[in-house]
Amino acid sequence: MTATQDAGAVVKSDEVTLTIDGIQVSVPKDTLVIRAAEEIGVQIPRFCDHPLLEPVGACRQCLVDVPDAGNGRGFPKPQASCTLPVAEGMVVNTQATSPVADKSQQGVMEFLLINHPLDCPVCDKGGECPLQNQAMSNGRGESRFAESGGVKRTFPKPINLSPQVLLDRERCIVCQRCTRFSAEIAGDPFIELIERGAQQQIGIAEGAEFLSYFSGNTIQICPVGALTSAAYRFRSRPFDLVSTPSITEHDASGSAIRVDHRRGKVMRRLAGNDPLVNEEWITDKDRFGFTWARQDDRLTHPQVRDEDTGELRAASWPEAFAVAARGLKKAKGKVGLLPGGRLTAEDAYAWSKFARVTVRTNNIDFRSRPHSAEEAAFLASTVVLSTTVTYADLESAKRVVLVGLEPEDEAGSIFLRLRKANRATGLEVVSIGAVNTRGLRKVNGTLVPTRPGDEAKALTDLTDLDSSTVILVGERLAGVPGALSAAAAVAQRTGAKLAWVPRRAGDRGAVETGCLPALLPGGRPVADAAARVDLAAAWDVEQVADAEGLDAHGIVAALEAGDLEALVIGGVDPADLGIRKKALKKAFVVALEVRSSAYTELADVVFPVAPASDKAGTFVNWEGRVRSFGKVLDNPHSLPDVRVLAGIAEERGRAIGFRTPEAAWAEMTQVGPWTGARASAPEVSTGSHSTGSVQATSTGLVLASWKQLLDDGRLQDGDPHLAATARPAVILASAATLAGAGLADGDRATLTGPLGSITLPVAVGEVADGVVWAPASAPGASVRHAVGAAGDAVTIGGAK
Amino acid sequence: MPTLKEQFWDPVAGFGVTFRTMFRKVVTEQYPFEKLPTAPRFHGRHQLNRWPDGLEKCVGCELCAWACPADAIYVEGDSNTDDERFSPGERYGRVYQINYLRCILCGLCIEACPTRALTMTNEYELADTSRESLIYEKSDLLAPLLPGMVQPPHPMLLGEDEGDYYRGNLHKRDEEGDA
Repeated sequence: MTATQDAGAVVKSDEVTLTIDGIQVSVPKDTLVIRAAEEIGVQIPRFCDHPLLEPVGACRQCLVDVPDAGNGRGFPKPQASCTLPVAEGMVVNTQATSPVADKSQQGVMEFLLINHPLDCPVCDKGGECPLQNQAMSNGRGESRFAESGGVKRTFPKPINLSPQVLLDRERCIVCQRCTRFSAEIAGDPFIELIERGAQQQIGIAEGAEFLSYFSGNTIQICPVGALTSAAYRFRSRPFDLVSTPSITEHDASGSAIRVDHRRGKVMRRLAGNDPLVNEEWITDKDRFGFTWARQDDRLTHPQVRDEDTGELRAASWPEAFAVAARGLKKAKGKVGLLPGGRLTAEDAYAWSKFARVTVRTNNIDFRSRPHSAEEAAFLASTVVLSTTVTYADLESAKRVVLVGLEPEDEAGSIFLRLRKANRATGLEVVSIGAVNTRGLRKVNGTLVPTRPGDEAKALTDLTDLDSSTVILVGERLAGVPGALSAAAAVAQRTGAKLAWVPRRAGDRGAVETGCLPALLPGGRPVADAAARVDLAAAWDVEQVADAEGLDAHGIVAALEAGDLEALVIGGVDPADLGIRKKALKKAFVVALEVRSSAYTELADVVFPVAPASDKAGTFVNWEGRVRSFGKVLDNPHSLPDVRVLAGIAEERGRAIGFRTPEAAWAEMTQVGPWTGARASAPEVSTGSHSTGSVQATSTGLVLASWKQLLDDGRLQDGDPHLAATARPAVILASAATLAGAGLADGDRATLTGPLGSITLPVAVGEVADGVVWAPASAPGASVRHAVGAAGDAVTIGGAK
Repeated sequence: MPTLKEQFWDPVAGFGVTFRTMFRKVVTEQYPFEKLPTAPRFHGRHQLNRWPDGLEKCVGCELCAWACPADAIYVEGDSNTDDERFSPGERYGRVYQINYLRCILCGLCIEACPTRALTMTNEYELADTSRESLIYEKSDLLAPLLPGMVQPPHPMLLGEDEGDYYRGNLHKRDEEGDA
């Protein structure tokens, strides 16, 4: 990173040469001896040491003999190699060559095992336990402490650190990985060492739970079985699990995960290790949110509406394909497609091609949240095909500006990177928003207090933006007229890097594959004749429809008005788009769903589609990074969207040309990205909003709102422990705002907006004056359905 | 031209073994009608043992399944609760299946068992006509309740905690009484 002209010299001075076990090794300066030893293939036993945590030297298991510290003198006693940086000329002897090191390691292991219970057979960690393994490799067969009668210190067990994390204190070897993770990585220091000596243990403050969105990571890094998860406890043993690397389907982070399954059932998920993306951490939703796919309402066979009885009945796949194709043919192109945001890129591509080739329409929109034409233009001009910002850029940036994005709730892995960068390099995080959240405080961020709706002005007014700045805009900005235009303009003017961070895993892939009314696959604008011809040639069709299609709001309105006669709908909550049952009943509806839902009941043809665990595919994360994953389970009851759409298309006589995700991917690669002119960035001024939501006047209260990480989402169903760690739904407002409404902290208040009202407890928060915050979705309190969207005018008053 | 010996003695001598055996003790077992005891350490059908109060010894650790070279054993563990206790300690085997179509009766599972829950009986009549009937469930494998044993689930009757059971420090608990 420094001067380039004498890069050789820099490299030379940064390398340190030392001798480990008689072998010379050169490693970068400040490397720890324990990792330098790994370079020559010597594994020094360790518990507290973790490459992503700061060195602490807590467990003392990694003792090595250092006869020469690089200055000609040796250490008189063995040293902990996990806290010892290398020095030029240092000589280190590990347990491989030094009897002294070996004996001290065995001694430490004997100490660690004094009070460790011999309950490996019932311990969840048994079989994958570093303590078990290293006791075998670096411990003594016999303990001298058994002579005391074998009485060990015991604790009542287990205790709940949180509804999800259980602690067996007697197994703990006090390596402090969990407390260090909580303090350093997640910034939720709810667990800490308490007591002294043999009684030293991990504890929580009285009555306080270990409330963190990242608590599951402590279970994974615990080197003994002290921390276990309530969901996995006693469910299985590591040796009968089959592990498959995969990618999370819960958010746009693209986090690598490992899915462990047994006999056709996913037992647990762990974080994968991808240094470029999520490092070794994932959110609890990514970790524990897998039971949703095996709920009782999972669709297991296609259904069609019986012509005689009007009821849904089971059908064969070919029959369902035929019925769907017939219905779509009858609608003669008056069809809307709402694929939703859960799709893999292959599935999204199939939807996109199905719309263009089979239905011959551009009425396709993956967005099922507040959105605008401005957003579509922004996606087409700035987001699609762009890979300007990566996780590494977040770390090397000087300043990150968050607009309409609360990373802790909406993109956990971004939050962890921001926090890491802030701690390491002092990255400055600036959030343009209404609430100084706990997440923002944890990254030492500064809030630019902004009423919802004023984000564009606040962003334009920011000074000191330059090329070392990264601007992250959240998908929520679509609800703020002019904000995305302003973000694009600011990035253009200042040279700052700009990235769009959606919430759902399939959103970015849907953009890339053209699940938008004005965008074709590969970033080809519908309005560009050359792009249409290029695509038509690649697809071997006569032409691609040139009229810009309807967006999701347009599709819903046209359905209501009867201008559209058929709807193909995927993972969408109809309430999010305000689709009324009457409209669904009137139209010919083809539903592709994993589980029975509000619209599958009303659909004319229902296809069970595979969840991410039952199919191979690719998610494109917010960076634009391609994240492919393989199939975990073989489940014959459902098919990927690709196969379902291919079946309908073939029955319709207008095949999409592939049937499997692999073939779809091959064709996507072949079609490739558009190299011609891109659509121009939107230039919407503030105040000209297209969705027509009620903008608040400057005197009244405005609603600020977003979805919390753990909410009422269907992808979190089936895990009561996970649900219990959700943050309680509260209304936040500043003390002045609350006083103005005659409310005090802790009261119950009624929040009234354009859609209705809801009653929740209120709390004083660091919220901009004139703004009230409430969670857009929470179990039993979905403000987005009950009250209104962010930016709406609301009133608040005491509840009876 | 055969000699006299070859003509007269050899045909009779050929029946020597036959005649001799006619006066020996018969080794044939009249198996279905007459069942003889096996050798005492014969590897027969498995048994899941109980503590003297009827609680199960199996803790669902799956080490037997891990040791099994034929992949014949399937175990699923679960948590004991205070209301529903099947074994001392935290964990018990909720599902325990041995597939006798696969089992080779080698006894490695018995060696692996950390609680002596799994042992082998001398029962060798392990033939049947259907696949399902040869997958033995936990109910088929559990040892019968002897006098003094109580059908689980019930609280620990012979110790304050699982340590008492494992150390052999079994004593009648004062409180609790009969569960």
